[in-house]
Amino acid sequence: MMPQALRRVLPQILTLAAVVMLVTLVFPTFLSISVSDGRLVGPVIDILKRGAPIGLLAIGMTLVIASRGIDLSVGTVMAICGAVAATAIVNGWGLGPALLLALAAGLAAGLWNGFLVAVIGIQPIVATLILMTAGRGIAQLITEGRILTFSHPGLAFLGSGSLFGIPVPALLWLAAAIAVTLLMRRTALGLLIEAIGVNRRASALAGVNARVLLIAVYMASGLCAAVAGLIATADIRGADANNAGLWLELDAILAVVIGGNSLMGGRFSIAASVLGALIIQTIDTGILLAGFPSEYNLVLKAALVIIILILQSPRLAADWQLWRRSRSGLSGSHAAATPKPKESLR
Amino acid sequence: MKLNGLLATAAALALTAGAASAQTVGFSQIGSESGWRAAETTLTKQQAEERGIDLKFSDAQQKQENQIAAIRSFVAQGVDAILLAPVVATGWDSVLEEAQEAEIPVVLLDRQVDSSDDLYLTAVGSDLVHEGNVAGQWLVETVGDKECRVVELQGTTGSSPAIDRANGFRQAIEGHDNIEIVRSQTGDFTRAQGKEVMESFLQAENGGKDICALYAHNDDMAVGAIQAIKEAGLNPGEDILIVSIDAVPDIFQAMADGDANATVELTPNMAGPAFDALAAYWADGTMPPKFIQTESKLYTQADDPMGQYEAKKGLGY
Repeated sequence: MMPQALRRVLPQILTLAAVVMLVTLVFPTFLSISVSDGRLVGPVIDILKRGAPIGLLAIGMTLVIASRGIDLSVGTVMAICGAVAATAIVNGWGLGPALLLALAAGLAAGLWNGFLVAVIGIQPIVATLILMTAGRGIAQLITEGRILTFSHPGLAFLGSGSLFGIPVPALLWLAAAIAVTLLMRRTALGLLIEAIGVNRRASALAGVNARVLLIAVYMASGLCAAVAGLIATADIRGADANNAGLWLELDAILAVVIGGNSLMGGRFSIAASVLGALIIQTIDTGILLAGFPSEYNLVLKAALVIIILILQSPRLAADWQLWRRSRSGLSGSHAAATPKPKESLR
Repeated sequence: MKLNGLLATAAALALTAGAASAQTVGFSQIGSESGWRAAETTLTKQQAEERGIDLKFSDAQQKQENQIAAIRSFVAQGVDAILLAPVVATGWDSVLEEAQEAEIPVVLLDRQVDSSDDLYLTAVGSDLVHEGNVAGQWLVETVGDKECRVVELQGTTGSSPAIDRANGFRQAIEGHDNIEIVRSQTGDFTRAQGKEVMESFLQAENGGKDICALYAHNDDMAVGAIQAIKEAGLNPGEDILIVSIDAVPDIFQAMADGDANATVELTPNMAGPAFDALAAYWADGTMPPKFIQTESKLYTQADDPMGQYEAKKGLGY
């Protein structure tokens, strides 16, 4: 069991190690960690903290993508939930209600998406596009177009506090990843979602309640986005409806893809997606630390992502095996028998 | 509404021919994409009210076709002048010609257009290079001949405020070899990016101990950076000097708390100078210059930041 799980995420671990080595080359003290005021400080800790929103979004996105859907609205849902929490705090309703309202807003957004996809039957990319575009307007209505600044230490703790020396955002995404993985793999839930992703009709005929499960999957994604939105808002002590989570849905989808999950649904790995998110964040932070002019940021990121995706391409891996075998003089029948993952899904 | 307006105009003409009759001005605003824009709208309405001008306001929701439609409707209503904050620079020729044929003066607010400058009366705006220059001069005067390593949070890569504010600052510190920009990176004009990029600056510069000052192209990035500096255990405003541009309410709060040192105002009151120019034009046909530059005023901790905060926070920033 364990070696198999490890083998699944091995490409992501190797990629992360390679990216870390690359960043260390241009920024030698990258791996140094020191303790200041009882909290760990260093670039690696920054990445664990900064990667929280992408990591959380990637967890929810993995489930949605496994069900053969996609959720484009998560960045916007972050903005809505942040705006809700900040408004509640500014109006003096207290920390508990603020958090509950924000999480409820995320669940409601997920319910809306799930309803459109599972009940009305709109294609996921279109259904979630509606909230992606409309949601930022909703967030701006809540904050009245301003950056809503607050100074509540309890809410700020979610973004910049630390427990046992580790930043709270890092603990939150780690806890979420472990909890969702256990929920999916210790119960049959994960298997059922994969079944829907492979063939919704067949799974429904086999007795899976696809409609309810699909709605639940989008609600889980909304909940992850809500936590991500709380962290982003708490981090800057203000709800920035225009910019919170802007384009982050694309980074989350990218994290899931780098995690080796197929956009066609089916088998998924939360751990691999979260590693994908860490890879993206390491690239982002690495580029900032390297001190290149900012014109190069996006080009460098794109180049690294393309290299990673090419190296992970299943076709390339199959061709590489074929080439190696033909060189070592084995007969062609072995090569033909090599499994080609994902080919069957095309 | 329209009937009321007509009656009022007729009554005004009948009663006070030649005296200060209520002028009607149409204002085509881009939208309300930022707090600054909202404040500009609020101030334009205030200025019109103070001068007894009847302002017809139209929000274009970031769309040029809405602005063109609004201008055509202002022309049809026969307003006395049109204020236009153009969303893009190109494509205004025909509608500006229509206004000119109707002999209605057009004043551009805050942004420029590519059309020939005889199609509009004047343009009111801020000089972005000058803003950067004022920020740079403040730093030059504040540090004297001490060594100063500066980090810079730039605006969105390739945007004109980012390019011009960077150039203006560099012009101001030129010839002062003790001041050096050691790191420069975009923070996309947002608070979150400002904080994230500042964290990487602090990591890269010996935990922030090697940084003497931060220059941020807008206040929002500075506010984010201030939090990053605090979390790194340093004292913003003292250990690291902070100068930024825009003068939004939150930076005055930070200055009142001693966390920020200076900000250069991008005034949202573009309408005031515009109405002044229009009043002179209406009175005796005085032609204003083709570009009216608004003041880029420097505010420091000595300029009653708390009072400024109170004055600004109601403007819709």
